[in-house]
Amino acid sequence: MSAVIDSHGHAHGPARGLMRWVLTTNHKDIGTMYLVFSFAMFLFGGSMAMVIRAELFQPGLQIVQPEFFNQMTTMHGLVMVFGAVMPAFVGLANWMIPLMIGAPDMALPRMNNFSFWLLPAAFGLLASTLFMEGGGPNFGWTFYAPLSTTYAPESVTFFIFAVHLMGISSIMGAINVIATVLNLRAPGLTLMQMPLFVWTWLITAFLLIAVMPVLAGVVTMMLMDIHFGTSFFSAAGGGDPVLFQHVFWFFGHPEVYIMILPAFGAVSAIIPTFSRKPLFGYTSMVYATGAIAFLSFIVWAHHMFTVGIPLTGELFFMYATMLIAVPTGVKVFNWASTMWRGSLSFEAPMLFAVAFVILFTIGGFSGLMLAIAPADFQYHDTYFVVAHFHYVLVPGAIFGIFASAYYWLPKWTGHMYDETLAKLHFWLSFVGMNLAFFPMHFVGLAGMPRRIPDYNLMFANFNMVSSIGAFLFGATQLLFLFIVIKCVRGGPVAAAKPWDGAHGLEWTVPSPAPYHTFQTPPEVDERSRLH
Amino acid sequence: MSRHPRLWLGATLWLATLPAQANWAVNMSPGATEVSRSVFDLHMTIFWICVVIGVVVFGAMFWSMLMHRRSQGQQPAQFHEHTWVEILWTIVPFVILVLMAVPATRTLIDIYDNSESDLDIQITGYQWKWHYKYLGQDVEFFSNLATPRTQIDNQAPKDEHYLLEVDNPLVVPVGAKVRFLVTAADVIHSWWVPALAVKKDAIPGFVNEAWTRIEQPGIYRGQCTELCGKDHGFMPVVVEAKSAEDYAAWLAERKAVALAEKELTGKEWTFDELMARGEQAYQTNCAACHQPTGEGMPPVFPALKGSAIATGPKEGHLAIVLNGKPGTAMAAFGKQLSEVDLAAIITFERNAWGNKVGDLVTPQDIAAFKQAQE
Amino acid sequence: MSDSVDTRRLVLRLLLAVTVMFGFGFALVPIYDVMCQAFGINGKTAGAYSGSQQVDEARTVRVQFLATNAAGMVWSFAPQQDELSVHPGASNQMLFVVHNPTDRPMTAQAIPSVAPSKAAAFFHKTECFCFTQQVLQPGERIEMPVRFIVDRDLPADVRHLTLGYTLFDISERQPPLAQHAAN
Repeated sequence: MSAVIDSHGHAHGPARGLMRWVLTTNHKDIGTMYLVFSFAMFLFGGSMAMVIRAELFQPGLQIVQPEFFNQMTTMHGLVMVFGAVMPAFVGLANWMIPLMIGAPDMALPRMNNFSFWLLPAAFGLLASTLFMEGGGPNFGWTFYAPLSTTYAPESVTFFIFAVHLMGISSIMGAINVIATVLNLRAPGLTLMQMPLFVWTWLITAFLLIAVMPVLAGVVTMMLMDIHFGTSFFSAAGGGDPVLFQHVFWFFGHPEVYIMILPAFGAVSAIIPTFSRKPLFGYTSMVYATGAIAFLSFIVWAHHMFTVGIPLTGELFFMYATMLIAVPTGVKVFNWASTMWRGSLSFEAPMLFAVAFVILFTIGGFSGLMLAIAPADFQYHDTYFVVAHFHYVLVPGAIFGIFASAYYWLPKWTGHMYDETLAKLHFWLSFVGMNLAFFPMHFVGLAGMPRRIPDYNLMFANFNMVSSIGAFLFGATQLLFLFIVIKCVRGGPVAAAKPWDGAHGLEWTVPSPAPYHTFQTPPEVDERSRLH
Repeated sequence: MSRHPRLWLGATLWLATLPAQANWAVNMSPGATEVSRSVFDLHMTIFWICVVIGVVVFGAMFWSMLMHRRSQGQQPAQFHEHTWVEILWTIVPFVILVLMAVPATRTLIDIYDNSESDLDIQITGYQWKWHYKYLGQDVEFFSNLATPRTQIDNQAPKDEHYLLEVDNPLVVPVGAKVRFLVTAADVIHSWWVPALAVKKDAIPGFVNEAWTRIEQPGIYRGQCTELCGKDHGFMPVVVEAKSAEDYAAWLAERKAVALAEKELTGKEWTFDELMARGEQAYQTNCAACHQPTGEGMPPVFPALKGSAIATGPKEGHLAIVLNGKPGTAMAAFGKQLSEVDLAAIITFERNAWGNKVGDLVTPQDIAAFKQAQE
Repeated sequence: MSDSVDTRRLVLRLLLAVTVMFGFGFALVPIYDVMCQAFGINGKTAGAYSGSQQVDEARTVRVQFLATNAAGMVWSFAPQQDELSVHPGASNQMLFVVHNPTDRPMTAQAIPSVAPSKAAAFFHKTECFCFTQQVLQPGERIEMPVRFIVDRDLPADVRHLTLGYTLFDISERQPPLAQHAAN
C-alpha cells in the first residue's frame, strides 16, 4: 500500500489524450470525472422521471405499461441515489478536500482511480438489465423480499452484482477520504479548524464504512436465496421477509444522511461567504453533525411502522426519530443566524444555498410528521412520503451540489460562469421543483399510494401540476449543462479568490487550480481562518 | 398588486373555493372512526406546530434577506457564537418534541388495544386481489378490481370511483369492533383504508392484527400500499359498512348465493352460456397476466392463444388451472373459483382468440376432476 | 512521504471495520431471531417447549386457528375447529387436516405465526406439525396435530389470540421421494 503514496517529486502537467483520464491518479482529474459521470447519471435518472411523470400526467394508461413503469421508478431511484448524488459528493470531495486541507492529493490516488472506474461498469451493468428478457429491476429501489427474490425477473442477479460494485466503489472512496483528512492535513491544521465541508465528509465517510458493507451483505443474502437455496428472507424455509427490511433500513437510514451531510458542509461554506460573516456556531455544527450521524443508526424501523412492530418498538423508534429534529434544528438556526445582520448578496451559489435551507427545512417538517407513528399509518407509502424525500433530496442534495458547483466553478475552470444564466437556472429550478413536489403532499394526504402507474380522478389535477413542474425542472437542467460548458470554454477570468467574503486554503491557489497544488504544505497556525 | 384588483380578487376567490373542489383536495379526511379522528387531530397539531416554527425561522431569514443586504450598504456584524442562545434553541425544540410525543403515544396505545372483538375477518393479499374470510361464518370470497379495462385504456369515460371499485366489497356492521387478521399468500401487500386509519402490511407467513369500529354506514375506499408487482396499482380495497340488520341480511344472502353457486354445477349449460360467463370470469381472474387478447406477456406470462395446453387434452388444461404450476406465477384456482366459473373459463380459453378445440367443459367435469383427485 | 506508514495502518483498520460490518450484516440474522423470540416481534414463536405449568382454571382465553395456503400450494388445509377456549397452563390439542389432490407426491412446510405479536412469547408448542416437513403421496389425506400451552403469564389484556399457519409447497427444494425414503 505504501507504493500508492507515490509523490511525484517533480511537477508535471497532465498526460495527453484519452489515457490521461483512464490512468489518472490526480485528484482533480478524478474529481472532474466523478462530477461529469454524476451529471450524466442525473440526466439518465431524470429522463426516467420524465417517463414516470408523463405516464402520471393524466389518469389512465397512456405511455407505458405497469411492468415498465415499475422498472422506471426502481431505476430512477437507484440511479439518482447511487449514480447521481453519491458520486457528485465524491467528486466534490476529490476536488476540494485536498485543496481545503493543504494536501498535495488524496492519500490513496490509485485506489481513487479504481473506485471511479468501477462506477461506469456498475451502471453499465445496471442499465443493460433494461434490455434483458423479463426486464430490469421492477421491485422498487428498496427491493423488498420476496418481490425481489422469489418473484424477481431474471436480471436481478445483474442488479445484485451492480450494487456490489457500487458498494465497493463507495467504500474505497470513503477510506480515501478518511485517510486524506486524518493524515494529509497541512502541518498545524487542527481538526477543529477544518472547513465544515471536510468535517461533514469525514463523518459521511465513517457512515459509508459502517453501512455500505451491510448493503453488500443484504444483497449477498438475496443472491444466496435466489441461487444457492438458502432461506434468509423466504418464509417457506424458516426465513423472514421482515428481516430483509430491518437489514435494508439499517443501511438505508444512514444512507439518507450520507446523501445530505456533505451538502450541509458545502452550504456552511457558502452562506458565510455571501453573508460576509463567519459561520455561526462552528463547534455546535460539528457536534450536531456527529449527533445526526449517531442517531441515524437507531431510527431505521421508522420506515417500517406498518409491518407489525410491537408497541414498545414503535414508541422507541418514534421517540428516537423525533430526536433527530434537535441537532437538525441547531443547524438550521445556525445558518439563519449566520445570515442575520450579515452583508448579503445573492449570487447563484447563495441563491441555491438559501433555497437549500428553506426547502430542506420543509422536508424536515414533513419528516417530523412522518416520525409520529400513528400519523405515519396514514402517510406511509403514499405520495406524502414521495414529497417528503424529494424535498429533502432535490433542494437538499441536488441544490447543495448546484450551489457547490457554482461556488467552485471559477476555481475549477479559471473562468466566471454566466451569472445571469445561472440565476435563471436557479429560478426555473426553484419554481419547477416546488411545482413538481409540493402538490405531492396534497395527493398523498388525499390518499394516493406511491409506485402506482394510474390513479383515481380525484388525484388528477395535482398530478398534472406535478408533471408540468417536473418537465420544467427536467428541461432546466440542460441549461445547467450549457452554463458549465460555456464556463469551461471561456468567460471572464476568475481571480484566485473570486468571492470577496470567502476564506480557506482553496482560495490561496490560482484559478484555475494548477494540476499539482500544495506540493509543499501551506503554512497554517491556530490563528489562520480557514472557514 | 393594486394595479390588477380584479385579477387578485379572482385568484382569491378561486383559492377560497379550493377546499370545496374535490379534485383539489389538499388534506387528509378526519375519517369515520374514533381512531381516525384522533390520528387526524394529531396530524393537524403537528402540522400547525411546524407552521409556527417555519414562520419564525423563515421570517428571520427573510428579514435578513431583505434588510441585511450588501446592496443597501449593510456592514456585516462579526459575531459567530452565543452560548445561551445555542443552549436555548437546543432545549426549546426538545420540549416541543416532548409535548408532541404525549398525544402521539396516547393514540398509539389506543391503536394497539387488544380488547375482545365482535367480528374477526382474515384478510389475505394475493397478486393482485384481496381475499376476505369471515371467521366462524363460513363466508369467504375474493375481491377483484371491477373497473373495466376499457376505462384504464382510455377507450371509455372514467367513473367517479375509477380504480377504486371492486366486484365484492368487504361488508362489515357499524358499531361493532371488527378485528382484521392480515396476511399474504405471495409477496408483501399492505391493506389500507384512509377513512379507517388502518394500514397494515400483509406479509407471507405472518399474521398481523388491526381493528376498526366504524360509526356510520357508508362505503370507504382504499388501495394496496406496498409495491407488490405489476398490478400493485390495481388492487383496491372497498369496505361497506352496514347497519346491524342490513349486515345480517347481507350475510344470509351471501350464504345463499354460495349455495346457489354450488347448485349451478348441476345445471345443464350450453356452449354459448359458458362462453359468455367464461369471457367475464376470464377478464376478472386471468386477463391481468394472460391479457385480454390471450397473447400473454412472454416469457413470464405465456400466451394461451394457440398454446399446447389450451388446445391439447382437457385433463392437462384442467390440471394446470385447478392446481397451478409450481415455480411459476400460475396460481392454483381450484379453490379460488366456483366449479361453474372454472368450467366457463376453461371452455372460453379453449375456444377464444382462434383456439378452436370445440369441446365443452362443464361444471360436472370440474367436479368429477376434483372427485378423482380425492 | 513520512506518513505512509500511518496511512497504511489506518487503511488496514478501515478495511477491518468494513469486514466486521459485512459480518455484522449477517450477524443481524441470528440477532434478529433472538430478539423476535424474546419479544415476540412479528408473532414468531419459539421451538418445542418442554415445560409444564399449573392450570389457571379461573381464566379463559380464546384461541383461534387460521390455515392459509401460500400461492401455488394446492393442498386443502384446514383446522378441525375454528377456535378453542382454553385455560392458561393447560395442554390442548388441535388437528389440522391436509389433503394432496394432485397426482404427484409433494413436500410441504407450515410456518406458524401468532397475533397479537406480544402474545407470541406466551404461546408454547409442545408438539407441532410445523417442526417437520410433511410429505403426502398422491391423493393422501392426514390429520396433523399441534399441542400447545398458553402461558399463565400471558398479559391480562390479551383475551383472544390467533394461531395462523401458512402452508408452503417446498417440493422443489426438498424432493418428496428422497425425503420419504429417509423417513
